[in-house]
Amino acid sequence: MIENIPLQYFLIVGTLMFFIGVFGFLTRRNLITILMSVELILNSVNINFVAVNRYLYPNNLHGHFFTIFIIAIAASEAAVAIAIIINIYRKFSSINVENVSSMKN
Amino acid sequence: MNFTYTILIPIIPFIIFLFIGLMNSKIKPSLAASLGTGGMLISFILSYYTAFLYFFKSVKVDGAYQKIIAFNAEWLHFTDKLHIDMGVLLDPISVMMLIVVSTISLMVHIYSIGYMKGDDGFNRFYSFLSLFSFSMFGLVVATNIFQMYVFWELVGVSSFLLIGYYYQKPSAVAASKKAFIVTRFADMFFLIGILVLSFVTDTFDFITLTDTTGSAITQGGSILFMGMSTMTWALILIFIGGAGKSAMFPVHIWLPDAMEGPTPVSALIHAATMVVAGVYLVARLFPIFEISAPDALMVVAYVGAFSSLFAAIIATTQFDIKRVLAYSTMSQIGYMITALGVSGYGGHEGVGYMASMFHLFTHAMFKALLFLGAGAVIHAVHTNLMTEMGGLRKYLPITHITFLLACLTIAGVPPFSGFFSKDEILVAAYHHDKVIYFIQMFVAGLTAFYMFRLYFRIFWNTEPHYHHTPHEAPFSMTFPLMFLAFAAVFSGFIPFEKLVTSDGLPLDLHTEWEVAIPAISVGLIGIIIAFVFYKKESSIPDKISQNLRFFYRWAFNKFYIDELYMFVTHKIIFNGVSRPIAWFDRHVVDGTMTGIGKATEFTAKSIKGFQSGQVQKYGFVFVSSAILLAIAFIFYWFY
Amino acid sequence: MNILSLLVLVPVLTVAAILFAKDNKQTRLFSAVGMSIQLILSAILVYMYVTERQAGNMDQMLFVKDFVWFESLNFHYTVGVDGISVAMIALTSVIIFTGVFTSWEVLNLHREFFISLIILSTGVFGFFISIDLFTMFLFYEIAVIPMYLLIGIWGSGKKEYSAMKLTLMLMAGSALLMVGLLGIYMHSAPDGGPLTMNLLEIAKVKIPLDVQKFLFPFTFIGFGILGALFPFHTWSPDGHASAPTAVSMLHAGVLMKLGGYGAFRVAMYLLPDAANELSWIFLILTGLSVVYGAFGAVFQKDLKYINAYSSVSHCGLILFGILMVTKTAMTGAIIQMISHGIMTALFFALIGMIYGRTHTRMINEMGGLMKVIPFLGVAYVIGGLASLGLPGLSGFVAEMMIFVGSYQHPDVFHRTLTIIAITAIVITAVYILRVVGILLLGPIKNDHYLELKDAKWWERLPIITLILSIAAIGVAPFLLVDLIGFSLDPVVEKLLMIH
Repeated sequence: MIENIPLQYFLIVGTLMFFIGVFGFLTRRNLITILMSVELILNSVNINFVAVNRYLYPNNLHGHFFTIFIIAIAASEAAVAIAIIINIYRKFSSINVENVSSMKN
Repeated sequence: MNFTYTILIPIIPFIIFLFIGLMNSKIKPSLAASLGTGGMLISFILSYYTAFLYFFKSVKVDGAYQKIIAFNAEWLHFTDKLHIDMGVLLDPISVMMLIVVSTISLMVHIYSIGYMKGDDGFNRFYSFLSLFSFSMFGLVVATNIFQMYVFWELVGVSSFLLIGYYYQKPSAVAASKKAFIVTRFADMFFLIGILVLSFVTDTFDFITLTDTTGSAITQGGSILFMGMSTMTWALILIFIGGAGKSAMFPVHIWLPDAMEGPTPVSALIHAATMVVAGVYLVARLFPIFEISAPDALMVVAYVGAFSSLFAAIIATTQFDIKRVLAYSTMSQIGYMITALGVSGYGGHEGVGYMASMFHLFTHAMFKALLFLGAGAVIHAVHTNLMTEMGGLRKYLPITHITFLLACLTIAGVPPFSGFFSKDEILVAAYHHDKVIYFIQMFVAGLTAFYMFRLYFRIFWNTEPHYHHTPHEAPFSMTFPLMFLAFAAVFSGFIPFEKLVTSDGLPLDLHTEWEVAIPAISVGLIGIIIAFVFYKKESSIPDKISQNLRFFYRWAFNKFYIDELYMFVTHKIIFNGVSRPIAWFDRHVVDGTMTGIGKATEFTAKSIKGFQSGQVQKYGFVFVSSAILLAIAFIFYWFY
Repeated sequence: MNILSLLVLVPVLTVAAILFAKDNKQTRLFSAVGMSIQLILSAILVYMYVTERQAGNMDQMLFVKDFVWFESLNFHYTVGVDGISVAMIALTSVIIFTGVFTSWEVLNLHREFFISLIILSTGVFGFFISIDLFTMFLFYEIAVIPMYLLIGIWGSGKKEYSAMKLTLMLMAGSALLMVGLLGIYMHSAPDGGPLTMNLLEIAKVKIPLDVQKFLFPFTFIGFGILGALFPFHTWSPDGHASAPTAVSMLHAGVLMKLGGYGAFRVAMYLLPDAANELSWIFLILTGLSVVYGAFGAVFQKDLKYINAYSSVSHCGLILFGILMVTKTAMTGAIIQMISHGIMTALFFALIGMIYGRTHTRMINEMGGLMKVIPFLGVAYVIGGLASLGLPGLSGFVAEMMIFVGSYQHPDVFHRTLTIIAITAIVITAVYILRVVGILLLGPIKNDHYLELKDAKWWERLPIITLILSIAAIGVAPFLLVDLIGFSLDPVVEKLLMIH
């Protein structure tokens, strides 16, 4: 069943997600949105890992391991990032990155 | 004969200078005065003793006086041939100068006890006097031209210190500064001249230089530069140095201003000793001037003649008695310089040389006397202006008589000493160059006129109202006057032609009446005119000056030479060179350096925007570069 | 212990002692003691050197000590002295000694001030005793860096600007120098074998002419910047004007001499062919700067600026003499280094003391000071007379040796430049007398000045020391000439061999 779907489709979805993530990361000013963009990037990578693993080396699970690893890191990263964002919000009453520049100069 | 002790003559004043100078405020004025005078008395006695030994006891070779090196030690080693030695050279002119310097210096030391009494800087004054005496002795006994230059500078600085003695008076400060800088300017040429001379001859030593058969004289004239031999250039440059010290035109402007110093200083430095250093310098190098650079000698003659005329004309128009005497000094030194210029070397040709030295001697005596007399007058009436004087003969009998004797001497009235020396100069000029002869004759008349103008204005004429009755100076001041008057009157009888000649051999001279009689008559005419004009209040001088208004104003303002100098130094050097250089340094040179700094700063500023600290910008750059690179690689690899 | 290493060790120990000082009094006491020991040491060194030479030791460098420092690069800590270095060491110890006394009453951060000052002097001493180029460069940097702090913290006026300018320009000099030194190092062993930084070893080697011509400007300008070579002198007026008294003294007195000494010892000695080929460019520059500096000084109103420009003129004469390549002129240049060092230290000390009293350095705001502070006034006049070259004081000897030596040069070009340089003696007289006339003589301009006090003992001590040194050199120059004369021979021989 799944064999009917060519690998390219997965890769196209992964690439699209990746670039959407990159675009969001570069253009958004809201820290939450940036964090979400990063999650998109990570997930696009996950899709690639899983898909490539399934199509090229169906007999081992390294891609899956990596995916789970990334999910774990992404979770902890999200926790830290949101903690930072909350602190920033408390200090500046804003989560716009352009306002958070007191380290400059 | 052993003359080594002569080293003491300069050393004693030097020690006294150090002692008084270091102890300045800690010792009593009376101690400073007695030390200074006592030390000078020892030098005085030693000088006379040396003169006696040298002229009458020393060994002559073929009847000629020899040059004796009494002492010589290397002081500074340049190369094997060029080195500055410090030593004592005795020959007729240096021995004669020792007499002149020690006599006048001693008299001035004595005179100053009375004149400077109660002055704040009494000790300072005596220490400077000793410094001057030391330097002047060192100058006259120099064994080599560089030693002379060393002491030349030292007398310059002593002169500077003494002119600026009243250092709280702006005019004195300005005068001392002017004197130093103008003479320094001339000294620069002197130094260059020494360098050129030493480059040509490879020696500084006087004896080697002036050896008439030596290599210095015979080979020096060979290299040409701008139409004249290098030797001529060197000697002209050296003469400029001499002209600076001796206040010859056009570097004379410091001398009249130097009268800001105390009067004894004017008598010692600016009348009798330091200002004749230029004459002495030319006399010292005379053989080399005469034999290998006659062109330079001609320059010397004309500069001297012109200066003497120039100064004499100015002297007739001045009212400050010390300035009259200053211009008179300049005029008389012009005489001596001319005499050297018209002289030949050896035998009867050398009469100008001998006359010059003779006049130097007699002039030192009578001019010092005139200055000291003027000092006594100023001391009595507290003014320098002859318009505020008159009728002083009643109050100052001794000063009056001595001053009159001095005036007669300088006017060339026989049998006073000035007659003999001036007559010899005229004889030399008469045989050598008629133009110079007539100039000198005219100057002789002018001299008699302005000196007696001075005399009659001070001691006769109408008496103005004095605030205090003038009174005669104390004995410490009148004694030098009497001593010098004696010397001025009788020194004409010293047989100079037997003692001081260009080649050391005695000369046979007799008065040439065809020169002497016109000279005497010109002098008498000058005296008579002065008598008519100034014996009593008279309107003739004013009328004459009215009629010659243009010329008179020109002469009265010293022919505007000072203004010319002011223009050159202030407008051109100061504003035209120095200010632009200061500006250039601050703005162009420093501007370039600052510019480099500014450029660095600017570059840093313009690129520091890249480091904004915003992750998103970094990310953008990162991603776009990655994409560009990717595209580049793809194209590179696949196409 | 080698006496030369002691010369570096004593200042270091003094710094260590100062770290433990309890208060200001102790700090300056330690500094004074340390620097007095240093002065005595250098006197002993002079004595030892002279006895050694009289005993017939004809080595070029005496008291040589050698330790390997970086084995892989063959850098050594090599020390040794000849007559020139001995003279320079004596100069340095006199000036640091007097410098300590003139900063007797520094207002703030006493301890740090003395520490920086003495570190600076350590660098200078180290520089003069080094024979190894690397050690030399190291000490050179040690001497230059504390300058920034000393001017930036304890200076006056626009001190940050001046400190920055001075340090940057000197650093630029170091950068050029580094290129030159490394270049020399790279060519120090043409026949294979280990490369070396040792001066004496390199001097035996013949570096190819085109390499020399490339390296000479780097080395000469690199040192020349420190020696106020025109047109790289502009750090000096600002730097000196802002620096505190003792620093000006040390800087103008000694540090600027590092430039002349280095130019002589490294640029001229190690690159003789290039020196002969290229000297005309630098001769024109220095000859002009002699006159130019003097003219620049005529127009200044700030005492320190006047002295800074005068230094440009006098230091120009040092490099001028060195480039003339006659033994007399070079001897003169070395004496000029010493003479100018003492003279300018005297001037800066006096300016500092006058400034401390009148709180201004503008000459037209002052006048008639001779009457109220005669001691300082007389000292200033003596310094001035030495500066304008009065016989009997040190300036005359140095100038005459340079002039006579230069004029003996066979080329007309050199002689013409000499005459141009000689004109500076008149201009020097003008600016010196102008200052003396306005500042010291004439009527007293300001009634406050009547209450000024003359010098205290700690002010008199350095001034008398300096004046005595000036007079000693001026009266007995032959002693100094004898001290340095022999050591010049190898350099002059090496330079003349090419002709």
